[in-house]
Amino acid sequence: MQGIIIATLVVAVIGLIIGIALVAAGKTFHVETDERVDRVRENLPGNNCGACGYAGCDAVADAIVRGEAPVDACPVNSQEAVKKISTVMGVKSVEIVKKVAFVRCAGDCDSTSEKCNYVGINDCRAAALAGISIWECDYGCYGFGSCVSVCDYDAIHVKNGVAIVDKEKCMGCGKCAAACPRKLIELIPEGKKVAVRCSNHDRGPDVKKVCSAGCIGCKVCMKQCEHEAIQVEGNLAHIDYEKCVGCEKCAEKCVAKIITEL
Amino acid sequence: MTSLLMIVVTTALINNVVLSQFLGICSFLGVSKRIKTSASLGGAVIFVITLSSAVASLLYDFVLVPLNLTYLKTIVFILVIAALVQVVEMFLKKSSPAIYKALGIYLPLITTNCAVLGVALTNVQDGYNFIESVLAGFGTAVGFTIAIILLAGIRERIDEKAVPAPFRGAPIVLLCAALMAIAFMGFSGLAV
Repeated sequence: MQGIIIATLVVAVIGLIIGIALVAAGKTFHVETDERVDRVRENLPGNNCGACGYAGCDAVADAIVRGEAPVDACPVNSQEAVKKISTVMGVKSVEIVKKVAFVRCAGDCDSTSEKCNYVGINDCRAAALAGISIWECDYGCYGFGSCVSVCDYDAIHVKNGVAIVDKEKCMGCGKCAAACPRKLIELIPEGKKVAVRCSNHDRGPDVKKVCSAGCIGCKVCMKQCEHEAIQVEGNLAHIDYEKCVGCEKCAEKCVAKIITEL
Repeated sequence: MTSLLMIVVTTALINNVVLSQFLGICSFLGVSKRIKTSASLGGAVIFVITLSSAVASLLYDFVLVPLNLTYLKTIVFILVIAALVQVVEMFLKKSSPAIYKALGIYLPLITTNCAVLGVALTNVQDGYNFIESVLAGFGTAVGFTIAIILLAGIRERIDEKAVPAPFRGAPIVLLCAALMAIAFMGFSGLAV
């Protein structure tokens, strides 16, 4: 019985001494911080994805407070959180438009075929550095998933040889767009209905030869659009999202079926 | 003097904490993707293990042994190590923000590194005195650093190679660690 009491006492006393020492150390080594940093930090997502260009959420909170970064420096933050940060910083809130990534290529294993047998590093950027085009189409998705490896939200995956964004999970940070060596990924304002799923700038017949799911530049969509939101430049349809109202007429009439719903 | 040197060599190479005692495997596998980060972790581990074996040894010799409470060593050492890491973190934050930033998340991570507790317990088991404990702690931590930097070097090279699909990720890392452990068995020839 006595042994138990002594043992408990010894551990308790050691714990107490350590506790007091920690409190003392906490006081002695206390570092003054701007309390606004903590309050800004609370309104950041906390994934430390790095899409803002800073080392993490703590670093960008610091930069916002020091005035080096704007209140909407975090590209994945919600409107509500930006408002709160603006209140903390005492500046007017800014409107933010949430964006989702979109892969402008539909050239999966069924629509196009392999031109060569690539055995190098399994990474799109490495293949692009070597100047190799694996698929018949020289513009399309490599399918090695460099975008997948940089995504912090598990929102992009390679299916049947082409990357596809899960728009429910996508936060619009844009890291995949930066990683894609062929610049196939575009950030589209959330809520827009249609997008062009091709990036091939070749003439129609040449596109047909290499991929069955490519834009042939026929301009049918351009004629259909009542809001002049679609332009065909360099044999490729391009949607101006400032003008697009989402009537989906272009998607209905698209000959190659490459203007699709997001 | 020779025996002291022998303690360092033994703990660092012959009885390498990771590769022959299998302690601290979690951080060994988790933080060995890049040489730079594993070197930071190694630095933090050397710092903490050396300090904690010193404190643990003092506490054991001057508190637990006189009170006949040596069976409490595990719980007391855990307390001491956790507190020590906290104090070290606060101290670094105040006195040298540069080192604090460089070590970053790795410093608090060490609290849960079983190698730290393992060293403290092994020291008292082997009946080391204060100086021997500090050296054993230092040697062990150096051994850990050597192992993790070597593995990080191997992993950086593996990343550039076409590894067969079933072996990608964790399996190939575990295989590498196993081969390293076999290679480190060669050091057993140094033992006297």
